[in-house]
Amino acid sequence: MPEMTYIQAISDGLRLEMRRDQRVILLGEDVGVYGGAFKVSLGFQEEFGPWRVIDTPLSETAIVGGATGAALMGMRPVAEMQFADFISCAWDQLVTVAAKQFFRVGTPIPIVVRLPSGGGFSGGPFHSQNPESSFAHIPGLKIVCPATPHDAKGLLASAIEDPNPVLFFEHKHLYRRIKGEVPEDRYTIPFGYANVHRPGDDATVVTWGAMVHTATAAAAELAKEGFEVEVLDLRTLIPWDKERVLEGVQRCSKVLVLHEDTRTGGFGAEIAATIAEEAFEHLDAPVMRLAAPDTPVPFSPPLEKAFIPQVDDVVTALRELAAY
Amino acid sequence: MSTGTQTEVVMPQMGVSVSEGTVTKWLRQVGDAIGRDEPLLEISTDKVDTEVPSPAEGVVAQILVQEGETVEVGTVLATIAPAGAEIPPPAAEPAPEPAHAPVAPAPAPEPEPVVAAVAPPAAEPAPAVAAVAAPAAPAPPVTPAAAENGRTFVSPVVARIAAEHGVNPAAVPGTGTGGRVTKKDILSFIESGPATAPPPAPTPAPPVEVAPPPASEPVADTAPTPPPVASEPEPAPVAAAPAPAAAPAPPPPALAPAPAAPPPAAEPVAAQAELTPGEELEPMSAMRRGVMAHMRRSVDTAAHVTSAIEVDMARVVALRAKLKPELAAQKVNLTYLAFIARATVDTLLDYPWVNGELRGQSIVTRPYINLGIAVALDEGKGLIVPVIRNAQDLNLTGTARAIQDIAERARTKKLLPEDVQGGTFTITNPGSFGTFHGTPIINQPQSAILGTYALVKRPWVIQDDLGSDVIAIRPVMNLTLTYDHRLVDGAYAGMCLRDIRDRLESWDDAAY
Repeated sequence: MPEMTYIQAISDGLRLEMRRDQRVILLGEDVGVYGGAFKVSLGFQEEFGPWRVIDTPLSETAIVGGATGAALMGMRPVAEMQFADFISCAWDQLVTVAAKQFFRVGTPIPIVVRLPSGGGFSGGPFHSQNPESSFAHIPGLKIVCPATPHDAKGLLASAIEDPNPVLFFEHKHLYRRIKGEVPEDRYTIPFGYANVHRPGDDATVVTWGAMVHTATAAAAELAKEGFEVEVLDLRTLIPWDKERVLEGVQRCSKVLVLHEDTRTGGFGAEIAATIAEEAFEHLDAPVMRLAAPDTPVPFSPPLEKAFIPQVDDVVTALRELAAY
Repeated sequence: MSTGTQTEVVMPQMGVSVSEGTVTKWLRQVGDAIGRDEPLLEISTDKVDTEVPSPAEGVVAQILVQEGETVEVGTVLATIAPAGAEIPPPAAEPAPEPAHAPVAPAPAPEPEPVVAAVAPPAAEPAPAVAAVAAPAAPAPPVTPAAAENGRTFVSPVVARIAAEHGVNPAAVPGTGTGGRVTKKDILSFIESGPATAPPPAPTPAPPVEVAPPPASEPVADTAPTPPPVASEPEPAPVAAAPAPAAAPAPPPPALAPAPAAPPPAAEPVAAQAELTPGEELEPMSAMRRGVMAHMRRSVDTAAHVTSAIEVDMARVVALRAKLKPELAAQKVNLTYLAFIARATVDTLLDYPWVNGELRGQSIVTRPYINLGIAVALDEGKGLIVPVIRNAQDLNLTGTARAIQDIAERARTKKLLPEDVQGGTFTITNPGSFGTFHGTPIINQPQSAILGTYALVKRPWVIQDDLGSDVIAIRPVMNLTLTYDHRLVDGAYAGMCLRDIRDRLESWDDAAY
């Protein structure tokens, strides 16, 4: 099994889908000749031609609107935002049109919007956000947040197959930093199933995206102190694996919900509330949340480090849970 | 501990015989700023529920006694640090003594998103500060056990496991913060521990705790009575026999629950039956324990007899209707109780033994009346008897105002210790609920208690101006006098009741 970086796995998965299914087209700013802002589609226009790998004007509304129209006509478009932050420009097409179309008139909109997201490299407030919870609140959209190369490839295939609009949050900080074994052939990973990234019985960390790796490093620290932490990677937020989370709560009785997005209204609040509602009698400590503070992402490297939960922060939180 | 500059808050002495108090509620938490004399916590003793003010201005540095805990008078409850002082960081060691709650620093304030949003461009340092205000160290969601839970907090999962296995969590050694019982603690306790589950009593009070007379009672100390039987689980019949003793003691503080003569019988705690399905346990408040002990002691002490009399309240009703608006303007609520209290106080001056007290083999009488008024609290689940001092000096308006004042302060827990001490006679008013008769228990060491009952319209035989009997509709009230027959005989009590009635029926407007 070859080893791939996270971004290679996305690129590989996309290529396999385009080879497999003629309806899959790619559109976005500079996805064609330039190969995409992060070179995910480098060489795609040569292989699939300019009609399937379309350079669009600088208009996110046009990209998502065009993808939605193409999906209505039977295509399986994959739209790329250069940065997830810019999806707000396409809010209306995505939220008002794509998410609701099937429920209004019965025509599915099988689009995938690829969203390079997250911080950790001084991208500043416009290029570092994790806006997944805004869209998790919109019925009709699915939210995918892979943390590993293996999951990125398998989940992308599932996203393209899915008949609904799917937001595919690719964490930029993982692109070239995370490597892993990825099967050469096509495979899918079903939505709604969490992955145990690290087993443990003393506390469970519920997280996704880049924080999976932060949590795992922190769990290794706690293991030295004899406190075994489970790291549960949700992989998809809509749908999210409630059963597996509640199982972890019942087993461990101590929970840390961790995300890189800001705290207030973050998806962690939904998870914490669900645990309180459905697993209250299994709790041995208050459900703990660790997230970025409620400000835009700072530009300065030391401030950004203070903003994004770091391994030490997770260690501190877990120690607090351990001692409770 | 560096308390050099810190001020300690201690459990106050809420009356001479009160040796302990229960913290019912912390009104400020660790890290909160507080001004001098601002309320810091609420306590409950068997005499008084009251607020304890902060003795100093500053910041609450430590809370050492958790809500629900009962501690002795003088125990340090909290410390107040001067404003701006460093509050000691939480103790990192996992085994703090239970009472010593490690104090968490006030969580860093979450930065206001708005601040950063409207701040000038990123180069400006100001928004940077805002952004970093809640930095890497995320504000701990809730400071665990330490701050507010202590040993008594039981987490949901521990509660569930305890219930499923019939284990009393209090019996499990805790290893969590502040000695909290963790899930692991209770699971290993069940695995290894004794399967014999103790009854899940929240506060298994030893029998000794409730029964013995408070140590500070001079009478109890000097009276050559049989040795206390407090440790004996069953009520000792001998205790009921009066054991009057020549007690040349100086006049003790006339405290309500002073056990004048015999040692109190042990509380009925001997047989604690297992809970049957559907039954629930709730802990007893300090006030309830006080009432429990006091009622039992009074019945074991006095020879209770009750006499009743019917009073035609027509004059009082008419007068009250006339005066009520006038007094309302002075913010005084004129009640029938005020009339009765006024008439009773005047009468008691003529019957000093009803206002007196048996002390050893002597009879104590007074030239004054400290009138206790029984006040129901907590929707009938609590009772306190604040006292109007020198009630003989008050006219009708003053009496009404005094009753209103103590009742209000009793309900808002603003009574002071001296407000419940030194009563010489008590009035209780169960009639407000419509009851027409009762046999109250005497408030020891007093000798009698007056009960007032519902005012109802009755067909009543009166004499008209010509001396002929006629039947009229009159507002009639029953009054009872329950007295200690050891001191007060039936004739004496009857005359006293008759005089109270006569004062009410012939109410002289000008005299009051």
